[in-house]
Amino acid sequence: MSETTAQKTSEAGAAPERGPGSRLLSVLVRVREVSVLIVAVGLVVYFQAANPAFLSESNILSLARFAVPYVVIASALCLLLICGELDLSVGQSFAFAPIVMYLAYDKLFLVLPLAVIVGMLAVALVGLVNGLITVYLGVSSLITTLGMFFLLAGLNVILTGGFPATTPDTNTVTQILGEYPWAGTIWALVIVAVLQLILSRTRWGLHTYATGGNPLGSMEAGVGVARIKIGNFIMCAVLGGFVGIIESFRINSIDPLAGGPDIVLLCIASAVIGGTALLGGIGTVTGAFLGALVLVILRNGFTLQGIDSDTFNVVLGVAILGAMILNVYIARLRGAGRV
Amino acid sequence: MENGNNGSANGAATGGDFLRAENVVKRFGAVSVLKGVDMHVKKGEVLGLIGDNGAGKSTLLKTITGFHRPDGGRILIEGNEVNLRSVSQARSLGIQTVYQDLALVNELSVFHNMFLNGELTIGPFLNNRKMKEKTARYLEDMGVHIPSIDTEVARLSGGQRQAIAVARAVYSDAKMLLLDEPLAAMGAKEGALILDLIQRLKEERGIPMILIVHNYAQVFDVCDRVNLLRNGRIEYDKPVAETSVEELTELVVAEYRKARAGNTDEGQG
Repeated sequence: MSETTAQKTSEAGAAPERGPGSRLLSVLVRVREVSVLIVAVGLVVYFQAANPAFLSESNILSLARFAVPYVVIASALCLLLICGELDLSVGQSFAFAPIVMYLAYDKLFLVLPLAVIVGMLAVALVGLVNGLITVYLGVSSLITTLGMFFLLAGLNVILTGGFPATTPDTNTVTQILGEYPWAGTIWALVIVAVLQLILSRTRWGLHTYATGGNPLGSMEAGVGVARIKIGNFIMCAVLGGFVGIIESFRINSIDPLAGGPDIVLLCIASAVIGGTALLGGIGTVTGAFLGALVLVILRNGFTLQGIDSDTFNVVLGVAILGAMILNVYIARLRGAGRV
Repeated sequence: MENGNNGSANGAATGGDFLRAENVVKRFGAVSVLKGVDMHVKKGEVLGLIGDNGAGKSTLLKTITGFHRPDGGRILIEGNEVNLRSVSQARSLGIQTVYQDLALVNELSVFHNMFLNGELTIGPFLNNRKMKEKTARYLEDMGVHIPSIDTEVARLSGGQRQAIAVARAVYSDAKMLLLDEPLAAMGAKEGALILDLIQRLKEERGIPMILIVHNYAQVFDVCDRVNLLRNGRIEYDKPVAETSVEELTELVVAEYRKARAGNTDEGQG
């Protein structure tokens, strides 16, 4: 922290003079995660004061379990957003992977671990197709994955006949994959940590930032822009599918309608609130993780207080708009600082 | 194809060439930008490439660097024909480029830009400490002052950005350097630094270079030979010692006068 402050001071000395307000904001950019964390803590304090049941053991567990899909998908989407693309179909991959796993187990009589792998391969293929169409056919990923969203939505219902199925009987594998109460939470935390490590400490992460920040320049520098984008599409779909499998074991049900638009939109919102730029180049997994946490806390707290989901939606809408306006304003300040 | 004999006929001469382009053609849709470029750069030689805006200088450079794939002709490096499929492949052959747009990522720090796609790693992880050390050393060596190498590139001046792009190409074990207007956006002092660096690279390391320049006086400061790209071909090729700023200016302006005269004729006719 002190290093950052020292650096800021030296920069301020060399850079053209800027007002104290904008300097404060530029500090805010660096510590976006901190500001989202403060919001999260503030919400916890507020809801605990309003209802002592909020921090009860049972509610913390239900909060932790409920947060798992949002946290994982928001973090995976974060990398894709940073490299300048978007996946609207990840919610449907979330529903698709457990369905394919179930069919492989129930109809093809594969052992469960193998069936899980088949389910993951199916969503990897989804990610690959999203990536290939976007990168090589030049279709905007918004459109590519919108098409994939409806394709999978239909397929999910057709494959299951429209009825939820029950997950295979309890054994070690199903325990590890979500039945054990804290299994999902542990998976989610590990995935978030690994993704943040990839993003900030590896060439893949650096090239993900570069691809989103300056696609042409990155290509000129020899960065494998196509590879980075396709890889992040696959990673997003696979993690979405994996957490779908975990979720299905948690609730012991495979729901063909689990992938509705709600989940992906909430996860995009989480990433944006956490400071990810929709146009690429900027963002952190930690921010997306905290953004998802804020939304989950908000929803859980409202439920405990008996506030309906419509009010939640209003608050969420205001939060997204606020975060986006802040992003745009910050981007303008950056632009001005460059001259 | 009509120049098919050229390669074998000049086979003996390729011994001294680092790079040789033969009859290189590049089209974008119906537009032919390069219509058969023959060009060569000897080992240790600095070639100045001049030509009007839109003559295809940058396209030619990007073809040599693997960014564009040529539609015809061949490219030889140290006498061996190469089929460049990517920028990374050209880089692995030691061809480094400073692009006109610099190819810097604003959101990344100075040292990450310096090592973009040539990152130093420990196992799977970035070795940021080492990259910072080396970046600081390179910039000091070049005599470029940048407030902090942790700064995002977006916050730097045009000249500082240019210096980083040049340093990135120069300090990457380049066997050949391609520089597309390396002195654009530079102040007099920074420009002199870059010219000095080019001179040093030439004298101390004998690195062959192609330099796209607009200011002809600069051609005479560092180049050994000058080529004019016009109408999709190299139309003029002379050692710098046998030409002058006036002659080069006249070359380009004469074309302009001719074109204008042509237009006037048409107008009257």
